[in-house]
Amino acid sequence: MIAIRFKPKFWDHQDVAAGPFKSLFNFRKIWKLAVFLTAGVALIPLIFMATIDYNVAQNAIESEILLRTSRLVSNTRRSISFFLDERKLALNFIIHDNTLEDLNNPGRLSEILENLKKSIGGFCDIGVIDESGVQVNYVGPYHLIGVDYSNQAWYREVVERHVYISDVFLGIRHVPHFVIAVKHNLPDGSFFVIRASLDMDWFRALLSDIELVGTGDAFIINQDGILQMPSRYQNAVLEKVPLSVPEYSTNTVVYQTSDKDERDLIVGYAYITDTPFILIVTKQKTELMKPWFETRSQLTGFLIFSISAILMVIIGVSTYLVNNVYLADQRRVMTLHQVEYANKLASIGRLAAGVAHEINNPLAIINEKAGLIKDIFSFRKEYTGDAKLNGLVDSIISSVERCGAITKRLLNFARHIEVSVQKLSIQSVVNDVLGFLVKEAEYKSITIAVDIPDDIPEFESDRGKLQQILLNLINNAFAAMTEGGLLEIKVSRHNEDKIAVMVADNGCGISESDMKRVFEPFFTTKSRTGGTGLGLSITYGLVQEIGGTIQVHSTVGKGTRFNIMLPLTYKKKKGEGNACIAG
Amino acid sequence: MRVLLVDDEEQLVSTLAERLALRGIDAVWATSSTAALELAQSETFDLAVLDVKIPKISGLELKKRLQALYPQMKFIFMTGHGSEDDFKIGAAEAGKDFYLVKPVKIESLIEKMNEVVQQKGDDK
Repeated sequence: MIAIRFKPKFWDHQDVAAGPFKSLFNFRKIWKLAVFLTAGVALIPLIFMATIDYNVAQNAIESEILLRTSRLVSNTRRSISFFLDERKLALNFIIHDNTLEDLNNPGRLSEILENLKKSIGGFCDIGVIDESGVQVNYVGPYHLIGVDYSNQAWYREVVERHVYISDVFLGIRHVPHFVIAVKHNLPDGSFFVIRASLDMDWFRALLSDIELVGTGDAFIINQDGILQMPSRYQNAVLEKVPLSVPEYSTNTVVYQTSDKDERDLIVGYAYITDTPFILIVTKQKTELMKPWFETRSQLTGFLIFSISAILMVIIGVSTYLVNNVYLADQRRVMTLHQVEYANKLASIGRLAAGVAHEINNPLAIINEKAGLIKDIFSFRKEYTGDAKLNGLVDSIISSVERCGAITKRLLNFARHIEVSVQKLSIQSVVNDVLGFLVKEAEYKSITIAVDIPDDIPEFESDRGKLQQILLNLINNAFAAMTEGGLLEIKVSRHNEDKIAVMVADNGCGISESDMKRVFEPFFTTKSRTGGTGLGLSITYGLVQEIGGTIQVHSTVGKGTRFNIMLPLTYKKKKGEGNACIAG
Repeated sequence: MRVLLVDDEEQLVSTLAERLALRGIDAVWATSSTAALELAQSETFDLAVLDVKIPKISGLELKKRLQALYPQMKFIFMTGHGSEDDFKIGAAEAGKDFYLVKPVKIESLIEKMNEVVQQKGDDK
């Protein structure tokens, strides 16, 4: 519906009347070309740039997220390593600073533990194990003196490696814990081991300080994928985490994967050197990208708005321009027809003038000869009494006079087609035109009532154009009326500088739907009877050319009335007089 | 009053001369400008009635030549082309000459002739 309402005039234009070679433009094609070309030129780079920009921005944000995760993992790994190294070195210091005797002294050992707790902290208990794997001294919350560790994995490792950090295990105490053990060789070739278990809460505190958005998590697993301590979302200590154990790397690695709910997950991990631990940080990608998604929807909205605005402007401007071209073209075709019409009329005029002139000479001879006969009749007595002969000559003379009147009128009319502005009386113009139509009116028994008051002054106008206007209107009126019609021509003074000419008939009238279009070129209801649909549009153009206006009032079945307003002073249009018809 | 009639239609001028003669007006006719000029060499005329369109030398041109010979001579033009209205415009250019449109009524022609001849006196 809307499309129909906004459909421009040119859309369904078919230049039927112009013929196949006179139509210069296919307006629909021009419109489409204009719209698609400008839309293409405007929108393709816009969309292209927007897509590139979108990808660049998304990639930048993604890599920023990855980088941040990587930095976080690295920093955390560094603090964990530092935490463990610190405690390792502390034990190393103790082992070198104290003799075995000192360490075997429970008092001294308890003092050391106390000092450790006070200074660097994070220790839970401490014990001394001899060469055979038996704990000889111990201070801490459990009773572990005399326990044999020779079968424990960590003990075997420390004997081999000198320093060992265990993963989290239950051990003899059946509580999850992990230990740092340092082996010290004695000068006699024997050795002992000092072993401390670390406070799990201290260790956990390292991870809980990490700032993580939303459902992000940081935790530590060992190399078998066993969770080492509870984290925010993982509580099953010493059980396998749902992630696979990542590939070994000396550096921090960040990769993307998806979790069991198919959500995008960013995972960053780092192997903590010389320990069984792997630090893992997971982040929900969607949550991190949330600000970007918001920006993205704003940008997309703006893009869609821009595209619609551009399209609307393009369509609007194209429609406006093409419509103007269409109107100009219509005017051109109209002018072409007017010129043709005027030329045709001028040719007819010249032809009529030629004929009239040629006839005038023999007519003058007949006139003289008949005049001579009449002279003879009146000057010679033998004929004067012959009423019959006198009557015959008189009728010849009166017929010649009639012919003379006709040829005069023809010459007059033809001449005025070419003559331009002159002073004229409307009475003479009406009479000239009616002179041609009186006979036709008689045949159709049409009564012509002319009412021209004497106070209408002579005025300057284009006689030829005025004649054509009246001729067209009266012809139309005749066509609309059947036998016994009444044609009224009424002239009145409208105001100081205008006169009104009314041409009214009591014919068939014009329907309301046709009323709007009567002055349109090529609009005709007489197409089958040879109407071109040009008469009234040319009349309209002619009225405008002489500076007047024309209006039509009509009632179906009652008749039609044309009102023409004519200015009493003729204003020459700019350029008129210099204009010539090209070609 | 001696009148010179010039028109390329012999039938017209001869009949017209005859009719004028019947009314006591002495009219001589010619069908070409050259013939008219020859006649004018040998005779004098008070008035010339000329067709506007005569082959070779036009009515207006002929008028000028005749006027050169006889400055007192008066003229009436006849034409088969156009209406009196148009010749009102032309009359302004041609001076105080009279124009008549063919076919001409003999009565109006004589009327004009008398007018012209009387004007002659006025001019003096």
